[in-house]
Parts: sequence; structure tokens; C-alpha cells
Amino acid sequence: MRRTRWPIRRWGPPVLLISPSLAVVGVFVYGLLAVNAKTSATDIHTAAQATGRKPSVFVGFDNYVSLLGTAAFQHSLKNLLLYTAVFLVGTMAFGFLWAWLLDQPVRFEGVFRSVYLFPMAVSFVASGVVWRWLLNSNQDTAASGLNRLFQTMGLGFLQNSWWNNVSWGIAAIAIPAVWQLSGYVMALFLAGFRGIPTELREAARMDGASEWKLYRHVIFPQLSPVALSAVIVVGHMSLKAFDLIMSISKPANYQTKVPAIDMYVFKSSFDYADSAAVGVVLLVIVAVLIVPYLVHLSRAEKQS
Amino acid sequence: MTAIATDLTAPIGRAPHDRRPATRGRFSLGRTVRYVILLAFLLVVLIPVYVLLVTSFKGAGDASPTRAWSLPTTWTMENWRAAWTALSPAILRTVQMVVPAALISSFLGSMNGFVLARWRFPGADLVFTLILFGMFIPYQAVMIPLLQLMLGAGVPSGIPSLIILHVVYGIPITTLIFRNYYMSVPSELIEAARVDGAGLLGTYAWVVLPISVPSFVVVLIWQFTSAWNDFLFAVFFSSSQNGPVTLALNNLANGALLQNYGVSMAGALLASLPTLLVYVLLGKYFIGGLMSGSVKG
Amino acid sequence: MRRIRSITVAIAGLAAAGLALAACSSNGATPSSTGSGAQGAASEVEVFTWWASGSEKLGLDAMVSVFEKQHPDVKFINGAVAGGAGSAAKDLLQSRLQANNPPDTFQAHAGAELTDYIDAGQIQDVSALYDQFKIRDVFPKDLIDLLTVDGKIYSVPSNIHRANMVWANPTVLTAAGLDPAAKYATLKDWFPALDAVKASGKTALSVATTWTQVNLLETILIADLGATDYAGLWTGATDWKGAKVTTALTDFQKLMSYTNTDRDGLDWPDATQQVIDGTAGFNIMGDWAVAAFEAAGKTAGTDFTYFPVPGTDGIFDFLADSFTLPVGAPHEDGAKAWLETVGSLEGQTAFNKAKGSIPARTDAKATDFSEYQQTAIASFAKDTIVPSLAHGAAASIKTLNAISDATSKFTTGASDLAAFQSELATAAGK
Repeated sequence: MRRTRWPIRRWGPPVLLISPSLAVVGVFVYGLLAVNAKTSATDIHTAAQATGRKPSVFVGFDNYVSLLGTAAFQHSLKNLLLYTAVFLVGTMAFGFLWAWLLDQPVRFEGVFRSVYLFPMAVSFVASGVVWRWLLNSNQDTAASGLNRLFQTMGLGFLQNSWWNNVSWGIAAIAIPAVWQLSGYVMALFLAGFRGIPTELREAARMDGASEWKLYRHVIFPQLSPVALSAVIVVGHMSLKAFDLIMSISKPANYQTKVPAIDMYVFKSSFDYADSAAVGVVLLVIVAVLIVPYLVHLSRAEKQS
Repeated sequence: MTAIATDLTAPIGRAPHDRRPATRGRFSLGRTVRYVILLAFLLVVLIPVYVLLVTSFKGAGDASPTRAWSLPTTWTMENWRAAWTALSPAILRTVQMVVPAALISSFLGSMNGFVLARWRFPGADLVFTLILFGMFIPYQAVMIPLLQLMLGAGVPSGIPSLIILHVVYGIPITTLIFRNYYMSVPSELIEAARVDGAGLLGTYAWVVLPISVPSFVVVLIWQFTSAWNDFLFAVFFSSSQNGPVTLALNNLANGALLQNYGVSMAGALLASLPTLLVYVLLGKYFIGGLMSGSVKG
Repeated sequence: MRRIRSITVAIAGLAAAGLALAACSSNGATPSSTGSGAQGAASEVEVFTWWASGSEKLGLDAMVSVFEKQHPDVKFINGAVAGGAGSAAKDLLQSRLQANNPPDTFQAHAGAELTDYIDAGQIQDVSALYDQFKIRDVFPKDLIDLLTVDGKIYSVPSNIHRANMVWANPTVLTAAGLDPAAKYATLKDWFPALDAVKASGKTALSVATTWTQVNLLETILIADLGATDYAGLWTGATDWKGAKVTTALTDFQKLMSYTNTDRDGLDWPDATQQVIDGTAGFNIMGDWAVAAFEAAGKTAGTDFTYFPVPGTDGIFDFLADSFTLPVGAPHEDGAKAWLETVGSLEGQTAFNKAKGSIPARTDAKATDFSEYQQTAIASFAKDTIVPSLAHGAAASIKTLNAISDATSKFTTGASDLAAFQSELATAAGK
């Protein structure tokens, strides 16, 4: 695809157009991040130090070393990994399945689509109470929520303790998140499916390709930019998971600790340095995952 | 990338009828099976909504977790009335916040996206990456310096602060969506405008903007939802008197020493209605917009 | 071409409308928290609490009515933020104080919870106000001692709650073969009763999420250590790693074994509701639980009974809500007016009648209050007063958070008793 080249003397208007955004992002993102990073390199662990009444010194990476060495933080990181995995796999699987089912003509497609998309409209402040009820861990006679539903449907063996489990509990917290975002992934995949020209499919079929080969060599490659885009959006939201956990569980609960919760607890203990350090750790995790993708993207664009 | 030869301003149509292969491939399911599966998922997705609805009509003793699945013993509108009284001023304020925020950030995203997609100056990709990275920061990490910044700038708390914040932090995602969109727009249009002698701004206003409608729809819907449902900024930069509906709903649902579940659930549904309406009415344009290239890459 | 034109015009129109809306809303915004700079202007007071609804809001409303009578020239501005016993509110408050944008006055638990604010120089010494409003002698000496740091007092208490109470359902007890009026002198005497309730198929002891478990923990510590040694835990006089604490933790473990498994997903009303509904026999909770029973229409004595946690009779495990005067409060005179009302007899009586706690002042007329409140007032006057851990009187926020984390780890099975004890020792040592 050709890019239009603008001669240098026409730089004025383009710069004018984007400079407000650049300035704003520079201050509100990078400026504030710099302040945060600076705080994380100090030993400000008390309120008195934060207001300058007691001295504070630069300690470099000390906070990071001690934080990453703490068993509690490692547990949080493990929870984050598990949560992200369940969240990603869940939304991608359901999103793809629904899009695939709806791609072929179906009556009431609009209804199905709207209902699947609708959870995106509901914030966790609103749905938190319901999910707390649904994921209640009582079983058998005292069961309420989903466990009770399973019983009445004869699926009693599916009952479990949901998020009330030290090792796997965080996976249950991913369920409301999957509920909320699968519709968005479905919309992405549906757009992707509908964007595949019919000629391509017909051509492949006329060449005698089996259905499986059609999917593998035509459809999946066309869908991969869509899938990647979905993974990025969904993935970064999992790192920020906070509202959800606060609504269903509580900050002190060991089962559902994730770094975002740790950041909040440190801050409420006036431990600003550790809170800032957790923030930087989260950013680094994001950077490690996103930056290669962006580099790959810009290389791919340069080629095309 | 193949340009999509569809009318870029039209909403998504039905799935084309010729898409169904003449001979059934091994992977196309029978219609009944498909309907059954879709319906089953529909019911599953609606489970929380069912509980919300049913509880919102229940009286005080009835609305409790142990009776979550049963229908109300007596149906009452009292919860809805109480929720409406508590939330309606906040809903109005939220509309006043969300509409300008969504519009302004969409326009900024559109301008940025156009420049970054069409103007290949050295470092354009770097600039784009830097802007995009702003989408990923954990906001809690920057709350305190952000508070100081907003206070220092003298911005009034409440709706004005929130509009500014949602615009600022919406720039990365809106830029992303628009840039991807403009990269798939046929360059002949732009060339034609340039040959006619239009400057950058002229091209943007009279040629690019009109064909951006699908992408605007995607961005507006996304920004509308994220601003409407935001809670973190609302807590820090507004109060229950001048804040949006998430704050009011939180006070309604979580403030009680003794929970009134019926009212909180009615409130939750009420607070979600506007966004739901947007999705129902604009859902197909949403997908149409995604389809028009803004999602690729 | 015309279609493109009209679409452009439409978009431009939308943009203009959007900007107009933005302008409208900014005209209507109240710049209340930008610090109007009117130092000492007694025109208003922004009161920051987490009492956003329920009986707490009723209490606040009652205080406001008295305030409007006593200070008609000062406007009351409600800065309440709800949620999770103040988690969202505390987060916001801390950030505002840090950003030098304090409210005029804010609610805080009296006692050690204030140390961080004191150390950071964010709240003012109000001892002078005690003399000005003549309230130095109306509060119990024990309480004043607990509120004094280096000879200075930093807040005015509005109400007192007692955290070491057991609430029981007589019907459940009778069905388990127990005498509902029985008194248990020590924890050891209580265990058989808990066994009996458990055997009858009900939850013996209902509890909720982590903070209620910490509340439970502290009552056990009081029971097994006694008032002096318990108080010594917070001054460093008592050894956290000692045998007495081990005994207490063992009892805590045993008590947790009688509780409901879904506890971590519940908040305190849900646990108390179990006693109200008759699915649980006992519940340890502070005396704000009375409001739950009364709201459910239950009568003391017939539908529910209460007694101090076995082993803590004669000890009043107190917590107090109080109001402070932040440094740099935009409307100091308004804040001082509010503090005067908070400390006044009329204010405290109205507030506590509505909220269900008891006044901090000793000169309140007991007959104004309900049956439970009268017994509490009597206890407060003669019992030994110890500070509550779970409610900010005994330890700073950081210590409490660390203890809560350790407790959650222990009760979810991720650590054993020895690890729990050593984590508690580390937490308290901070």
C-alpha cells in the first residue's frame, strides 16, 4: 500500500494536529510514571516520610529485590498468571465459538449478538453483588448460588468451592471476567469472519480443499490479526483486574491476591515505595508482552 | 492488505446468503444443533441478569442470597422507585460527562490516527508506540501525582475533571482504533484530494472524516462504555453530590450497615440501562465498524 | 458528494453539542474541594465519612440536625463515600491528604489508627479545643489516655462500640439441648456448647470475611491473656512468641473449626443474619449487631441473647469513631464548629440513639437509650477498657493490614500455627 509523502514544508498542520495529544500523553502518562518510578526507588514506607517529616533515601532496586523475594508477592504473581490464562482462554474460546456459530445465517442473529455483547455494558460495581451470590462456596444442603443451581438441574457433581480455594480460587474469579468480555471477542471474530471475501472460500473449495484445510490455510490466517488484537486488549485488562476482585472478594483474602490488590493494600498501609514498585512490576510485565508485538507489527507494516 | 470493497458507511448487513456452500462441508452443523447451542449459551449468559431482575422486584425479607433463584413472593416496584430517586440525578450527570468525553476523545483519536497512518515521518511508529503504551498503565500507580496535578491546575472536581481524564486516557485506544482503520482505507481517495490541491486539514475535514463513520461508531461505543462504567476516577475526582452513577450506585449498594439487596440490584440494572440501550441500538454498526478494517492488526 | 457534506455537517453539529454540554456541566460544578483559600471562613464544613447509608447514615443525619441547631451559620457538606467499612473512603482520604487537599474534617477510629496521620503532620492537635469546649472531664480517663499521644489529643470521639460480644439464638440452643440462659466463664466451658450446636446440624459459630476473623482473634487474645497482657501486646510488653499467645492461637484455631466454610465471601451482616435466621447458634461481633436484630424485628431476651465473649466478662474491648482537624483544612472554623457539636452532650445523645452505639461522654442520660445500650453504658463505666485491634484503636493501619493478611493465610489453610504466630510477631513488631 502506498503511503502519501508530504514534503517538509507541509509539516506544520500534521504537527499541529497531533501535538496536543502528544503533550497530554507526555504529561499524564510518562510524567506521572516517572514520579511513580522515583517513589519506588526510595524507602518511603511510612506516612511521615511521604510528607517529608522523616528523612527518606534512595535505595535503588532494593524494594524490587525484597518484593520479588516475598512468598506473598510470588503467590500474587502466580494468581495473576492463572487468572490471565483462564481469562484469555475463556474469552477466546467462547468468542470464537459464538462468532463461528453466528457466521452462518441464523435467524435472530441480532438477538443472540446483543445478548452476548450485553455483559460488556455492566460494570462490576453493578454486578458484583450478584456474582458474589453466584460464586458462594457452600455446597450440598447449605448451597446457594451456582452450586444450588447445579443441584436443581441434577448436575450436583459440578459443585465446588469456587474462589474459596487457596490454589485455584482465582480461576473462579475469572468467570465473571470471561462473562463480561467474551461478547467483545465475539464481535471481533465476527467482523473478522465477515471480512473474509467469499471468493477466497469459493476458490479454495473449487480447488478441492477439504473443510479442515480451508480453515487451516485460509480462514485462520485471515483471523490471526483479529485474534492478536483480542489477546492484547483482553490480556492487558486482566493485569488491571481490581474492581472485580474488590466486588466479589475482599483485599485481605489470601485466595484472591493479585498484584493490583497488593498495590492497593501497600498504599493503604502508607507504604508508598512498595506500592509504586508493584506498579512498575505490572508495567514491566505489560511491556515485555506488548513491545515485541508492536515491533512485529511495525515490521509487518513496513513490508506491506 | 486487501481493501474491503464494501460501502464503508453502511452498517453490517446480514450474512450473505451465498456464503452457505452448496454442498455441506464437514464442519457446518445442522441448523437445529446450532440453534440449540446458541440458545444454551444465551441462557447461561443471562443467568446473572435473571438473578438481578428477580431480586429487584423482591421485598425486604425476600431479597436474600438463599432465595436467589426463586421468583418473588410478592412483586414490588418499591426498589425501582427507591433506586430511581437515588440514582437519577447521577445518571443525568453521567450523561453530561460521557457524551463530551466520548466525542472529544474520538476526534482526537481520529486526528492522531490519520496523521500516524498517512504521514510516514521517521519515528512515526515510535510515536505511535509511545501513545499506545498509555493504554496499559495501571491507574492506581499514578493516582496521587495525578490528584496533585489536577488540583494544581485548578480543575473543578466532578464532571469537568472526569471529562478531562477520560479524554486524556482515552487517547491511546482511540488512536489505535483509528490508525488501524485509516491504514486500510484506499489511498486513491486521499490522492484525489491532494491532486485537487487540498491541504492536510482540508483533506481531513472533507474527505477523511466523512468516511470514518464506522470507526467513529466503534470508538464512541467503546469510550461511552468505559467512561460510563469507570469507578476509580469517579471516586478520586468527584463526590457523591457531583459524581457519576457508579459512585452513587456504590453508595447505594455498599453503604448500608444492613444490606438492602433489592434496591442495590434495581440500582445496578438502572445504572446499566443506558449502555445497554447503546449496544442494542448500535450493535450492528459496532460490528460493521469493526469489519471495516479498524480491527486488523 | 452531498451525502458526504451532510454527514460532515452532522458530525460538526455533534461536536458542537458535545462542547456545549461540557461547558454547561462545568458551569454547574461546585469547586468545593479546590481549597477556596478562604482560611477560617466559617461558611461551610466538608465532613468526610464512610457513613453513606443504613443506620450509620441515620446517626450522621441526627448529628447534622443538632449541628444545624447549634451552628446555623455553617453549611454542612456531606463528603461520604461508601463501601467495605471504608476501604474506598480511606484510599481517597489518604490520597487527598497526601496531595494537600484535605477535607475540613474526617472520620477516623480513635487510637493508634491516627499515628500515621500524626507522624505525617496531617492532623492538628485539638487539646486546646477540649479546654475550649470544656469536654476534658466528661470522657473517661482510660479513654483519654488511649487518645493521647505525647501529651496531645488529636481527635474528638463521637461514640463507643464494644467489640467482644457473643450473640446467640435461644431456639437453636434449646434444639441442641443447651440452656439458652447459661453463662460460660471461660472458653473451655464454651467448647462443649459449640460441639452440641454443631452436632445438631447447625453452624456453631458464624463468622464472615477476614476483618471479622481478626475481631474474633482479638477477643480470644483478650480471653486467654487477660486485659493487662493483651494491652501489653501493643506496647511491646508482651511477647508475641510466648506460650500464652500460642494457647490463644490454638483456641482460635479450634473456634475457626466451628465456623461456616463460606465465611470469606460474607460480610458481617450475613454472618449475624445466620443467627437471626436460626441457621447458626452463636456469632461474635461488635455491638453494632444490635441494629441488625432490631431491623429484623427481633426482641432481646426472647429472639436473641447476648453476653461478653467467655473469658472477657468485665473487660470492655472498645472502639470509637472520632473526628479530626486536618492541617490545612479549607474551613477551619467550620470544622471546629463541627467538632464542638460532636463533643456536645446533645450531639452525642442524638447520634448514638440513631446509630445504636453509646456516647463517649459519661454524663449522658442512660434512660434515653435502648436496653442493650444501657447495659453497655454501665459496663463502659465500670469495666477495664482495652483497645480493639480490628477497629484501629490498638494498632496502626500497617500493623492491622499485616495481621489481617497473616490471619487470612492461616484460616484459608496456607500456613500452620507456628508460621501464623511468627507472622503475627513480625507484623506487630513493625
